[in-house]
Amino acid sequence: MTDPILRMTGIVKQFPGVRALDGVDLDVLSGEVHCLLGQNGAGKSTLIKVLSGAHRPDEGTITWLGEEVRLADPTGAMRRGIATIYQELDLVDGLSVAANIFLGHELAAAGFARRGEMRRAARDLLARLGHPEISPSTEVGQLAAAGKQVVSMARALSHDARLIIMDEPSAVLDQNEVERLFGVIRDLTREDVAVIYISHRLEEIREIGDRVSVLKDGRSVATGLPAKSTPTRDIIRLMTGRTVEYVIPERRQDSSTGESMLSVEGLSRAGEFEDVSFEVRGGEILGLAGLVGSGRSEILETVYGARRARAGTVSVAGRRLRNGSVAASVAAGVGLCPEERKSQALLLGESVAGNVTLASLPRFSSASFMDRSAEIDAAREQIESLDLRPPDPRREVRLFSGGNQQKVVLARWLTTGSRVLLLDEPTRGVDVGARSELYKLIQRLADEGVAIVLVSSEIPEVLGLADRVLVVRDGRIVHEGPAADIDEHQVLDLVMEGSAA
Amino acid sequence: MSDQRTTPATAAPPPDEHQRMEVGAEAVPRSRVARIMASPAGRNLGLVVALAIVCVIGVITAGDLFADVDNVVTILRLAVVVGIVSIGMTFVIIGGGIDLSVGAIVALASVWATTVATQQMAADFHWTIIVFTAMAVGAGCGLVNGVLVAYGRIAPFIATLAMFAAARGLAEIISDKRNQLVDDPGYVDFFARELLGVPVLVYVFALVAAIGWVLLNRTTFGRRTIAVGGNEEAARLAGIKVQRHTVYLYVLLGVACGIAAAMLLARTGTGTAQHGVLLELDSIAAVVIGGTLLTGGRGTIVGTVLGVLIFTTLSNVFTLNNLDTSDQAVAKGVIIVAAVLLQQFVAKRAGST
Repeated sequence: MTDPILRMTGIVKQFPGVRALDGVDLDVLSGEVHCLLGQNGAGKSTLIKVLSGAHRPDEGTITWLGEEVRLADPTGAMRRGIATIYQELDLVDGLSVAANIFLGHELAAAGFARRGEMRRAARDLLARLGHPEISPSTEVGQLAAAGKQVVSMARALSHDARLIIMDEPSAVLDQNEVERLFGVIRDLTREDVAVIYISHRLEEIREIGDRVSVLKDGRSVATGLPAKSTPTRDIIRLMTGRTVEYVIPERRQDSSTGESMLSVEGLSRAGEFEDVSFEVRGGEILGLAGLVGSGRSEILETVYGARRARAGTVSVAGRRLRNGSVAASVAAGVGLCPEERKSQALLLGESVAGNVTLASLPRFSSASFMDRSAEIDAAREQIESLDLRPPDPRREVRLFSGGNQQKVVLARWLTTGSRVLLLDEPTRGVDVGARSELYKLIQRLADEGVAIVLVSSEIPEVLGLADRVLVVRDGRIVHEGPAADIDEHQVLDLVMEGSAA
Repeated sequence: MSDQRTTPATAAPPPDEHQRMEVGAEAVPRSRVARIMASPAGRNLGLVVALAIVCVIGVITAGDLFADVDNVVTILRLAVVVGIVSIGMTFVIIGGGIDLSVGAIVALASVWATTVATQQMAADFHWTIIVFTAMAVGAGCGLVNGVLVAYGRIAPFIATLAMFAAARGLAEIISDKRNQLVDDPGYVDFFARELLGVPVLVYVFALVAAIGWVLLNRTTFGRRTIAVGGNEEAARLAGIKVQRHTVYLYVLLGVACGIAAAMLLARTGTGTAQHGVLLELDSIAAVVIGGTLLTGGRGTIVGTVLGVLIFTTLSNVFTLNNLDTSDQAVAKGVIIVAAVLLQQFVAKRAGST
């Protein structure tokens, strides 16, 4: 257990507009459970895809069993013994367990599948995984999530995998199933199979992990920390802290005098959050701090009407919004910059102007006819005001960098005249250099009287930008107060409370 | 407290900001030619070239028979019905949907518009009743399609497949599987009348295409269509009523089918449940060849018109050379595949992501 079976150094993966991986180092020892931690968008999935051969890195080296390799495609990675079990299991529901395990490398003689032999081999693998009760002839669609996971693992073993990557395997399992999964993982590591285990749940990492690596903004911020003894606070700090020095400008304007703009009362959604109430004044930035899964994004989307609340009300400037109606929210002057910019906000193939006016088309038309010069003018105005680069209103949005794409989303709401802005992870996927620019922009908007609700995984970002902070844990607000009265450590204690320290 | 709050670096040093700002721009290197070819205008240029090639083949193989004014008018007359349907189909496909029932809707509209009752009304009032009846029937079918897709959450393929079966069946029931002649000679005469040597029928197609172009490129409706098909979630979160808009798209196509049915009545003088067979395939093929993405979010009316003309001209060339419809069908299949491959090639070369 001394030489690493896998060593990745300086891995860089570039997509148009963003560096998904920006220098990742990782080494995995034979027979260890190596936990990979990081917030949404930190680069975990991209890293997995590089390892499984689905993405080719632009820079960096991968050393596998002592020799430098290029993982050209998923089959290549599989053949070398690197198997990946994705969150959405890639099994064929309509085929039997045995057929799934040997999918793509069926045991065959003269073109005929040797079904009996595959069934026997499948039975052996399932027994080795401690699940002899799963019959190889069962249709996979009949199995529960836990069973499917076992089948995926059996498939990995059928390739003689030396390294199994598991992407949030516990997300779909209940407590007992997780325990059994851990039993299987322990058996595997005893046979010198290494496991890269990805999870948001720290207590699991404590229980099953040997070492921990943390990703943040596409970089390794820590590698090979001992999983059992590293303090939770340190780990969360690595995940939620700042990777590099950047500046959050001090706010000068007093925000305590504005009129109440957004008022949320007793908002609830089954299984997501309970009894959430808060107010935001015009000119105020309210920060929502919490870990992934705390309900913070769900709260934001429900306030916006993209999800229907089970109970509670949302009012803007004293007028109640219709539950579950985005159009009503937009008309009342609420704008959402969603977490997934590309898939939830932008028309990537359309121009800046086309994206900017999307939420206020009636304003740029008379009798339904678009006034295209007014549209371009409006886009130009925003381009200048937000310093979009390059400053071309006709350029397709997909060609811009992450930070500039975020500006396009902001520009949409500014053009619409939104008085309440809900920002979900506004700096996610934004290159570090462009962040302070966005911070200044957010502050300027507040200074101009916009009420802002900010959700961020980065606690320093929330504390630095917000006037007031709400801390969310397990779908409930556990703290509310001025940002100046609380520091990063206190917030960490609040978001972690209840999880194993 | 100081002017600015900072924390020390815990990892790599800050990167050169300017270098990184340019990343988006540099990630897509494109030659000028590739860029032009990938633009909608460039794609349409390619289609014009394709149409020209078909014409050259026509002249070489059929000579004066092909390059004759009467023949050109024939081609245009034949393009009218599939053309009008394809304009509507372009909207549905850009909006992320598909409609397999257009041929059946055309048949039903043609039958409904020529029932004894409708024709009696037309005789009492004016022959335009026939046109409006056809459009109303088309709109009704489109409404059913749209509601099933948008609110019933049935896959467009399935919902319109059901309409495909049902509408033609209904047309057979109403017509008792008989041909229904248009009684009013004024009706057929009006559309057959020639202005500047071109029948009114063809002007109707041109008008529909022009309205379609304006609707797609110059109105909020067009914008919403592109948004709904390009990124449904983004459209929804921008406050666009996605479901309602989807219904509008299918109704629009239904109305187009109604107009096409009226033109078919004018051309043939007959309403029958056998009208519009394979029209769904021809129109979808024309739209796709015209450069509209089957996945939605992108497409042009000009491309669709060119796609229709290419197909119709090609059929004409085949007919003039006495090749039968089976040969034409094979050629069509080859052309669809070739056109889509070419598009993908151009798109890839242009560095689309």
